[in-house]
Amino acid sequence: MSTDALHKEFCRIAGPENVFSDASDLLTYSYDAALLPSQPPGLAVRPTTLEALGQVVRLCNGQGTPLTVRGAGTNLSGGTIPSQGGVVVVTTALNRILEINQEDLYAVVEPGVINARLFAAAQKQGLFYPPDPGSQAVSTLGGNVAENSGGLRGLKYGVTRDYVMGMSFFDTEGQLIKTGSRTVKCATGYNLAGLMVGSEGTLGVFGQIILKLIPPPAASRALLAVFDRVEAASETVAAIIAARIVPATLEFMDNFTIRTVEEFSGAGLPTDAAALLLIEVDGHPAQVAEEAEKVQEICRAQGATLVRPAADAAEKERIWTARRAAIPALARLKPSVVLEDATVPRSKVPELVRFITDLARRHDLTIGTFGHAGDGNLHPTIVFDQRDADQKQRVHQAVEELFDKALELGGTLSGEHGLGLSKTRFLVKEVGPATIAWSRRLKRAMDPKGILNPGKIVGS
Amino acid sequence: MSGITQLARLLGQLEEQLITCMRCGFCQSVCPLYGETGREADVARGKLALLDGLAQELLKDPQAVQERLERCLLCGSCAANCPSGVKVLDIFLKARAILSGYLGLPPAKKLLFRQVLARPALFNKLLSQAPRFEKLVAKPVDSLLDTSCARFVSPLGQRHFKRLARVPLHRLEPPRSTQAGSSGLRVAFFAGCLIDKLYPGVGQAALRALEHHGVGVEMPAQEACCGIPALSAGDTTTFSKLLAHNLARLDPDKFDYMVTACATCASTISKMWPLMCGSLAPAGREKAQRLAAKTRDVSQFLLETGLVGGEPPQAAEGAIPLTYHDPCHLKKSLAVADQPRRLMAANPAWRLVEMNESDWCCGLGGSFSLEHYDLSQRIGRHKLEHITASGARAVATGCPACMLQISDLLSQAGQRVAVKHYLDIYAETL
Repeated sequence: MSTDALHKEFCRIAGPENVFSDASDLLTYSYDAALLPSQPPGLAVRPTTLEALGQVVRLCNGQGTPLTVRGAGTNLSGGTIPSQGGVVVVTTALNRILEINQEDLYAVVEPGVINARLFAAAQKQGLFYPPDPGSQAVSTLGGNVAENSGGLRGLKYGVTRDYVMGMSFFDTEGQLIKTGSRTVKCATGYNLAGLMVGSEGTLGVFGQIILKLIPPPAASRALLAVFDRVEAASETVAAIIAARIVPATLEFMDNFTIRTVEEFSGAGLPTDAAALLLIEVDGHPAQVAEEAEKVQEICRAQGATLVRPAADAAEKERIWTARRAAIPALARLKPSVVLEDATVPRSKVPELVRFITDLARRHDLTIGTFGHAGDGNLHPTIVFDQRDADQKQRVHQAVEELFDKALELGGTLSGEHGLGLSKTRFLVKEVGPATIAWSRRLKRAMDPKGILNPGKIVGS
Repeated sequence: MSGITQLARLLGQLEEQLITCMRCGFCQSVCPLYGETGREADVARGKLALLDGLAQELLKDPQAVQERLERCLLCGSCAANCPSGVKVLDIFLKARAILSGYLGLPPAKKLLFRQVLARPALFNKLLSQAPRFEKLVAKPVDSLLDTSCARFVSPLGQRHFKRLARVPLHRLEPPRSTQAGSSGLRVAFFAGCLIDKLYPGVGQAALRALEHHGVGVEMPAQEACCGIPALSAGDTTTFSKLLAHNLARLDPDKFDYMVTACATCASTISKMWPLMCGSLAPAGREKAQRLAAKTRDVSQFLLETGLVGGEPPQAAEGAIPLTYHDPCHLKKSLAVADQPRRLMAANPAWRLVEMNESDWCCGLGGSFSLEHYDLSQRIGRHKLEHITASGARAVATGCPACMLQISDLLSQAGQRVAVKHYLDIYAETL
């Protein structure tokens, strides 16, 4: 079967309006949010039913055509770039929330449902879907599961992995494989859902996904703590956890980020502070009151120069607006942005921050660091101009050194963005050659022709 | 040099702006068109990538890029919410001009813009004849909404449209130049085509409000269109003619502000006149800049100058529920959202109930609705649902173009909800 024949079959399966073969349409499926060279696919198709999705997978496998599944295309590691061409399968039409079960606390969704839509639908029924990646307003749940996305609430509520109860996925023959269930407990068969989480589209194509929902916290309080030493901020993080308090969010901002945000939004942040912590505790009102009090005490004891609890909802909103402004503010400094997510055990955060400050100086780069201090997942954000080849080279060099440092500190290359194209070749440093070889055998068993998002995770 | 290379060079001037898009894709969450189609080429990120592709000569088919670029409401939701602050509308309008210049305007548009729109006297004359014939081809469908539909198969399709005013504003309210009253302020009133020819009542309400607050008014004879239809089509020749025509009739030394009750005119004058006046002589460019800086929506003007202020009265018992639609060109382009609501609050006979997503685009998008009526209606259906769910008996807004679209949506759905301009509500108190 030729590309023409594949095109014809796709038109039959998905309708001609959902098949894209014009060079300009294909160009729009050649990139994602990672700063990497783009590669257009040979065809793109947007199935409107799961049945059609399965047929598309089977046809691609029959032809040995590479297949890359794409949701919103917000991946930060190039996972949705069809680096070997082939077919891009767009899931935006598979966007039905099939069930929200209030008694058994779960939702069943198609892979193209946007994270924020599930959050809102659950909220409407008095339930809570916690994973909140920065892209939540646009990114799809299929993509979140494929990347094991995290977010601000990771410390207390965990990441996407912790909410996947089960799923169905298509194998390369287009057969529907079921794993997990709608029950809290399930001890039947391999935990294939666990395997699929974070598999970046290399092992199967998601059908329905069963996600756990929880009751929302009844109350919450936010506060802002200012430090004149980065170490004092990270010691505070450790002290809060040591006091057996697990805040819902515990965010860090370095001085450069603080100054940039302040200049951008005039949020009233102290521009001379070495670091800020933005902390929110949630739960039962009595517990929240007690914990908020304790957190303030700890901050002061650890040498915070200022501790400002949000008096009301409006002030709380201002605190989080400042945090959300971090990326936009940094992004406006220069045309290009690399948002890293190397992650270390939280006790190593001060060392990592020191390293990054030094890294910026050594390579003459502008780096703002902020992120999820509570779980050791920082986002050193490098802003530069990609048209300047020398600068670009220095960025690559700095990123490699950052990876090495994170591993040296007992951390990981990626906390939440995945390996994609940008980090796959570094994986061996983290897990060793035996793990890579084993993963390749696993991949071959599940995808003998190597059609599923080739080049990602295990290389090609 | 091949044609494509030449085109790539022209598009190269957009490079500094194109490169600021970091491809985060956040525009997907606010794009009304992408919300319907889920196609990457329909959202700003995709279109910016297409322009970049053409500039880098990765793409060789400018027509295909133009078609995709024109599938856009120009509502500016993407630009208003872009984390990197990409000036999406500036890029799109410039790119449309470059592509139209390269590919040429379609003959029908060329005729309409260059021979009619660019000649305000002829345009007015043609339209003044139209109401006589309109009832032969159109039949009324809704008296509350004052809409009609075509009697026969027509290029307007299934639309329920508002008929041309029997007497346009420029005949009801002749040119004038009145002195400042109690306010000590003088303004130029820029009516705009839709208010002049379809909604003269809105223009009269604006003039009454200005008079009530002791504001002197300058209304030049034979004002021309603000130019947005021509700009959207990439016809900078017509745009420059219209701009020059208007500049010749407006002297910024003679007034403190220029006000308009049309969101689209306000946005075009404030943002696009300075951006697209490059072909004028330096004096003209300076004048365009000065007029842009003086331009305000009427509500913005009344609040900013303190002519309206203080605590609004309590809504009367039995006040009629009223909802408000935020025009993209007011809220997203000019950050005017609170002011119209505060003006309406001055009228205790009405009680404002907010609809969901009051700033979701109504779907009209000017000529977008003519070329993609089906998509325009699909986008509009959300607005229709939100309006009816609010339980309001009337919906107000600040843009005559939105009023047209909302009237069409309500009329086709048989919903008895009146469509008003916020000035209609405010003027009732005067």
